[in-house]
Amino acid sequence: MNADPHISGLTGTIVHDEIVPARAPWLHHVKAGQTLRIVDLEGNQAVDFLIYSANDDAERYSAQDTVSAQGNLFLRTGTVLRSNEGRPMMTIVDTAVEYHDTIGGACSCESNTLRYGHHTKFQHACVDNFLEANLTEGRGKRDIVSNINFFMNVPVEEDGALGIVDGISAPGLTVDLRAEMDVIVVVSNCPQINNPCNAFNPTPVRMIVTE
Amino acid sequence: MALADPLAAREHARAMAGTVVETMPILPPVAEDLPADVSHLDLLWEETIAGGGYASRKLARGTRLRLVDLKGDACASLLIFNAEMPTERLNVADTVKVQWNAYLGAGKLLLSDMGRVLMSIVEDTAETHDAFSGTSNAATNVAKYGEGRNSGAYPNGRDRLILGAAKHGLLRRDVHPCVNLFKGTRIEKDGAITPIVGPFEPGRQVLLRAEMDVIVVIANCPHVLDPREEYSVTPLRATAWKGAITPEDDPIRNATPEGLRAFLNVEDYFRR
Repeated sequence: MNADPHISGLTGTIVHDEIVPARAPWLHHVKAGQTLRIVDLEGNQAVDFLIYSANDDAERYSAQDTVSAQGNLFLRTGTVLRSNEGRPMMTIVDTAVEYHDTIGGACSCESNTLRYGHHTKFQHACVDNFLEANLTEGRGKRDIVSNINFFMNVPVEEDGALGIVDGISAPGLTVDLRAEMDVIVVVSNCPQINNPCNAFNPTPVRMIVTE
Repeated sequence: MALADPLAAREHARAMAGTVVETMPILPPVAEDLPADVSHLDLLWEETIAGGGYASRKLARGTRLRLVDLKGDACASLLIFNAEMPTERLNVADTVKVQWNAYLGAGKLLLSDMGRVLMSIVEDTAETHDAFSGTSNAATNVAKYGEGRNSGAYPNGRDRLILGAAKHGLLRRDVHPCVNLFKGTRIEKDGAITPIVGPFEPGRQVLLRAEMDVIVVIANCPHVLDPREEYSVTPLRATAWKGAITPEDDPIRNATPEGLRAFLNVEDYFRR
């Protein structure tokens, strides 16, 4: 029997294991102490990621509180993902990718019209995935804030030049997130086809929860 | 002080009339230093926001909002909402991503999450701003100053923004990532955030132009990465006056293809 390389290093029991198709949303409740592993199955697939406190969903992931608390824009092994109240929501306990992004935000039909032109208005976008998933639990547009982009690379140059560039992930690379409180994870498996965030080709990702 | 009956209490309250302090709104507004081409009849708002204080206000499309760092140590944490549909609000990620640049300054646009420009930065003599760090919260102020409550001596930026937004019917879940004006950050190659908090020379100014009908919420609290141990923040002056809606030949409107499309989306929104 061949070992599954995507569960390598995981301890505990697998309680959820799912492939999120290319371009699709995903919502899952992760309990405190459980670990969520995201597998970048085919490499350089941006996974747009929001977190809400299960007990009070007005408390949610805050990119600004997270980067301020660690004094650095990049999310690496050891980064504590903080809420808008400054509390730890999840911790990146392990990742083979050097760093992940949290300044690039999520693509939307509307911002696509700015970045690429009005001909992209009807292309599917992450904000639509965030909305579709959140609306199933009564959250709406006002609940969408700056997100994480796992497996996406957004450097900032000395003169401030900033942009989504070629990824630094690879097929089979992972990020492991330990929940520090009961959380609701909302994901858009990014459908963008106009920049390198998905190597111009959206692909599936795998979500494995252990406890 | 004995104020045993309502009339005595009224006398006491009324005796305060006319008190002038450093940080207060002036009604009706008076400003002696409006630009030469602005009539005092067009003045809308004149207020000096206390250190640790906040203000929020609805501004019509075309309104100019001038913020002045009076003593060199103000930090204007700013939220912006579309006044008629506040689910549309400032999106800091789109603001830096769409403009391909991390730093705010003259000519930059503050973009909404709907592909529109809420406000543009018309003039800027400060040049130290920050779109990344956000503002302080109760936890960071407890860690730094011992406490951070609205009711205490060291109010935190987030709770100030929440109160400012609440005055317009908004809730905790509406307080989105902010930008900080006057206090800056520089991003190093490895992602490290270097705060640039001064204090600076007094009188630095930022002039914003409302490109839509907006609600602005401003908290004036120490920058969250301010390394000083003391709660250090000085008054922030806000002055607003009526102004023309941005014309088609405006240089900021036409500066970049992305920005132009943001203005086209605004103009489309108001085509009604």
